[in-house]
Amino acid sequence: MSDQKNTQPLIEVKNLKQYFNISTGFFQSKPLKAVDDISFSIREGETLGLVGESGCGKTTAGRTILHLYKPTAGEVIYRGKPIKTAQDIKEFRTKATMVFQDPYSSLDPRMTVADIIGEPLDVHHMYKNAEERREKILELMDHVGLNSEHAARYAHEFSGGQRQRVGIARSLAVNPDFIVCDEPVSALDVSIQAQVINMFDELQEKLNLTYLFIAHDLLVVRHISDRIAVMYLGRMVELADADEIYSRPLHPYTKALMSAVPVPDPKVARANKRVQLSGEIPSPLNAPSGCPFHTRCPYAAEECKQSMPEFKEVESGRFVACHRLAEIN
Amino acid sequence: MALLEVKDLHTSFFTDAGEVRAVNGVSFTLDRGKVLGIVGESGSGKSVTAYSIMQILAGTGKIVSGSIVLDGQELVGAGEKVMKEVRGNRVSIIFQDPMTSLNPTYTIGHQLMEAILLHTNRNKQQAWDRAVEMLKLVNVNEPEKRMKQYPFEFSGGMRQRVMIAMALACEPDILIADEPTTALDVTIQAGILELMKDIQKELGMAIIMITHDLGVVAQLCDEVIVMYAGGICEKGSADEIFYNPCHEYTKGLMRSIPTADSSGERLEPISGTPIDLLNMPKGCPFAPRCDAAMKICIREKCDIMRINEEHEAACWMNVKNGIGEAK
Repeated sequence: MSDQKNTQPLIEVKNLKQYFNISTGFFQSKPLKAVDDISFSIREGETLGLVGESGCGKTTAGRTILHLYKPTAGEVIYRGKPIKTAQDIKEFRTKATMVFQDPYSSLDPRMTVADIIGEPLDVHHMYKNAEERREKILELMDHVGLNSEHAARYAHEFSGGQRQRVGIARSLAVNPDFIVCDEPVSALDVSIQAQVINMFDELQEKLNLTYLFIAHDLLVVRHISDRIAVMYLGRMVELADADEIYSRPLHPYTKALMSAVPVPDPKVARANKRVQLSGEIPSPLNAPSGCPFHTRCPYAAEECKQSMPEFKEVESGRFVACHRLAEIN
Repeated sequence: MALLEVKDLHTSFFTDAGEVRAVNGVSFTLDRGKVLGIVGESGSGKSVTAYSIMQILAGTGKIVSGSIVLDGQELVGAGEKVMKEVRGNRVSIIFQDPMTSLNPTYTIGHQLMEAILLHTNRNKQQAWDRAVEMLKLVNVNEPEKRMKQYPFEFSGGMRQRVMIAMALACEPDILIADEPTTALDVTIQAGILELMKDIQKELGMAIIMITHDLGVVAQLCDEVIVMYAGGICEKGSADEIFYNPCHEYTKGLMRSIPTADSSGERLEPISGTPIDLLNMPKGCPFAPRCDAAMKICIREKCDIMRINEEHEAACWMNVKNGIGEAK
């Protein structure tokens, strides 16, 4: 992964915005800034972790990148080519797919596993005859560790971990090189979670995949990611190397987030000094002025209430959006 | 004498497909002022154990045999009148989902006062004061104003604080927390766990913390029980369980959690899928997934054995290695 540092990015996201219009009364509406001006790039073969609390816009960011939502502004560039027209989007969808969080509701209960996995092949006309379709489906099932005898079964006959394998096989059907994984292991038990995480690792090596891995479990994200981006209220606050961001978080929100991780080790847990955050996340409909984090930030100053800090590179490969970075670190 | 003593508890659900033995011979004791963690995967019987203590089992669920003694009083078969006195008063429970466990049509104050009026001799004014005091205890800002608000005006973390306030209003001896932070974000979770720890120290009640998250256990618990397929694999002090696990399932669980050292490497998952409670094997329920399984594991279930003063486990490997002794 590190030896690919010099290649051109696979995916580039530039000033991406996604606003939803929320009705606030008769003929009145207000934009909800779910994703507000985020920029980053992902190298080929890399895993970028995207973390943040519920409502911070991480899922919306993932979906907007895939153009499941039409971006309000900004652009997504795939292999140097911006995605603009409907034709671009259609082609892009054979290269970029998604794995969803809930393996219980994301699979159609009335379709067999073979049809669930084969549907993307049907949509994109990716086979010549029924025999080829069947072969492709069986190959995909083999990739994710499902037996060929499972092909004729329905989703309800499987456990959570197996259903997630079906979801992954479906996302692999069109031979993508970029997959947005939206909380793919959150609904699974610990012992099964490890199996699925390993499978993501193996598939990445075997098929040279690039992941955007969205999750709220920070231990899982650190394990699987090369770099991690932290979001808060629709904005990116920090982006850095996975180990760096854990051992030396720079943004005050990242510091709080990292210290809140419940470490499965009683001695470490007892010694852990937690960074206290006051209050809770403001509603994105009434986002605070200036830095979105200033209402909870222990270091907030007058400047933070007035102006939005720029998301800028403070060290090589490390981006932070904070006015008081120099003073607090 | 222990505050709570559970002995050989068996709880089953009688479904159309057959008897599901959700809890299968669970025994443990809980002392005053201790925090006991019960960990396990979905379907391991950890919640059903708690619901059995409260006797709030759904529909077809029934305690088949065993005994639950609270402070010298037998609760199994004690009748609804006794249980009404116990629930909410001596043993309280908070649930995983604070969104659905509050009634949306009543104010927070009304719901808080309900329990107080039911279980104590306070009049309405005193119950109000007590409710405000409880909200202060769980760090809800402007409690007087919040009392008049409805649940939809509260965020997830705040609702869970209200649930804790409600559960503690009658000063119970035991607080059962069933995955209290699973639905919450990490920073909110950390706040709730810290709050529970502080209140526990202040009021001195015992807590039974039910969770699947070993991180939460490490933060909060003095003692830990690890459950699998309705039975106890292992129990002991938190340090013993984390630093000296003596059951193959516990060891597997510890290995499958990502840690700082595991990045870039493969995790070591437990193979296979959780067991079907309708078709329980004769031997150790974990044997089909266990890498170290021996012939005896498939043939015969291992009894829980003593490892040391603070530690018991039910695994044939200990016998093989000569570290367990029969109780």
